[in-house]
Amino acid sequence: MNGATPKVEIRNLRKSFGTKAHRRTVLHDICLDIGEHEVVCLIGASGSGKSTMLRCINMLEPVDDGEIWLHGTGGAVDLAEPGLDPDPIRRRIGMVFQSYNLFPHMSVLRNITLAPMKVLGRSAGDAKATAMHLLQRLGLADKADAYPDQLSGGQQQRVAIVRALAMQPELMLLDEITAALDPVLVGEVLNVVREMRNDGMTMVLATHEMGFAREIADLVCFLQDGVILESAPPAQLFTEPQHAETRDFLARVIASGRL
Amino acid sequence: MAALSHREGAGDPPAPSRVLTRREVWLRQQRRRAALIAASSMTAVLLAVVLIVPRTPGWPTVKKTFFNGARFRQDFPDLLGYLWTDVKLFLTCVPFILIWGVALAMMRNIRNPALFPLRAFAAAYTDLFRGIPVILTIYLVGFGIPALGLKGEFHLLWFGGRWNSAYLWGPVALILAYSAYVAEVFRSGIEGIHESQRAGARSLGLTQTQTMRHVVLPQAARRVVPPLMNDMLSLQKDVALLSLLGVYELFRRAQVIKDRTFNYTPYVVAAVIFLILTIPETRLVDWYSARHRRRTGGSQVA
Repeated sequence: MNGATPKVEIRNLRKSFGTKAHRRTVLHDICLDIGEHEVVCLIGASGSGKSTMLRCINMLEPVDDGEIWLHGTGGAVDLAEPGLDPDPIRRRIGMVFQSYNLFPHMSVLRNITLAPMKVLGRSAGDAKATAMHLLQRLGLADKADAYPDQLSGGQQQRVAIVRALAMQPELMLLDEITAALDPVLVGEVLNVVREMRNDGMTMVLATHEMGFAREIADLVCFLQDGVILESAPPAQLFTEPQHAETRDFLARVIASGRL
Repeated sequence: MAALSHREGAGDPPAPSRVLTRREVWLRQQRRRAALIAASSMTAVLLAVVLIVPRTPGWPTVKKTFFNGARFRQDFPDLLGYLWTDVKLFLTCVPFILIWGVALAMMRNIRNPALFPLRAFAAAYTDLFRGIPVILTIYLVGFGIPALGLKGEFHLLWFGGRWNSAYLWGPVALILAYSAYVAEVFRSGIEGIHESQRAGARSLGLTQTQTMRHVVLPQAARRVVPPLMNDMLSLQKDVALLSLLGVYELFRRAQVIKDRTFNYTPYVVAAVIFLILTIPETRLVDWYSARHRRRTGGSQVA
């Protein structure tokens, strides 16, 4: 895509849940290239496998088969390799969740500095300086000592993004990060994503915000029943979808007023 | 009106309105009715007790042997002195129970297959000691282990004595039994922390141990305080069971006085003394639980 060097190469990724008797395959032979500094949006109905795909990339879900190559300065690693230690991988990949997953017993600042200090071994002063710098950029500096439940949903989600960014990740995975927010608060979170894009962050988003996907994505993938039915630049996918299913999905999205 | 006076910049807070709304009148009526019902039913019950109990054939004897005023005045200060033994035994057990209970809860959460024996041990341990009545554990440990004929002496916090002493194996029995209860409380607390908290922590690269230490345990500890305080309250009372091993504490002392005087008043005194200790503790648990509920949200259903 755009000739960029791939950051992540997914090859024949397969994932299923359940026992042997009741197996439900949620990802069928997924193949996808994510270029460096590229933004890829995964769209599709709930249950189509978007979140599972992100969780597989962050090794939160063990995969059944296939390869997920993560390229970086130290060469390439296959994240699907059985027995691979997930911790060194996860510190290179930031993830933001739909439900924020902030730690409610810690202040905003502590939420952000915990991992840099415990995982990267940064000093308290160093970690705090980075955190404050990021909070300042997102207009949250005055919330550093607040606790998560004292913040609005939009503020909590921005803190969650700062928490992930404080690890200085090479790749960000955003799992429906605006799905739990009321429409007024969605904008402030999406602005942060725009800024990350302008900074050249490589990102994979699972999203229901079609307008936003259209604006920000380099590549949009439409998933249905665990298969990438169609992937194309947004201008193409949203205006001339090739598959009947994609057309149908987009028609329903338009009918619900979300595009 | 209130808003107006503020806008005009009047310094005084607005005076409360004298006129009650229809809703306020209704609520006031409801409160009065509830208070009236409670008061009359309480009076009826008390009246029944006061009228019926003295008419029972054994009442004069019961009054003399259980509620003897002179004995009460004489035994109260005597027995109060022995309360400290119960409190000391209780305070000695608590730290061991908490530490051993948390350790057991952590063992049950182990997912590493190499450490499966630890997990199995913890499961078997809690099954065993939760399934046996405390009094049996006290008998078996308190009489069984000293029967091994251990020699020598030990020193531990406030207590010291011979290795076959009831003052050692009695508390050990309580620690064994109560750590099983406490382990279950902690385990439910740990399991009650939503998986998304773990996902959040692990996605940042925190290890399993770091996730447990910094994210899961601190949140679980806060949640288990009310049930934990309940268990501690039971423990405070169960210390009296150690009298069966010959530990000379409040209940044992009451027994000794009873045996000497053939009067049961010391038991009533002992009960009163326990209440003096446990009622404030109970209120503390209730207050903390209510505060915890308020803080974690959720309002009362009408």
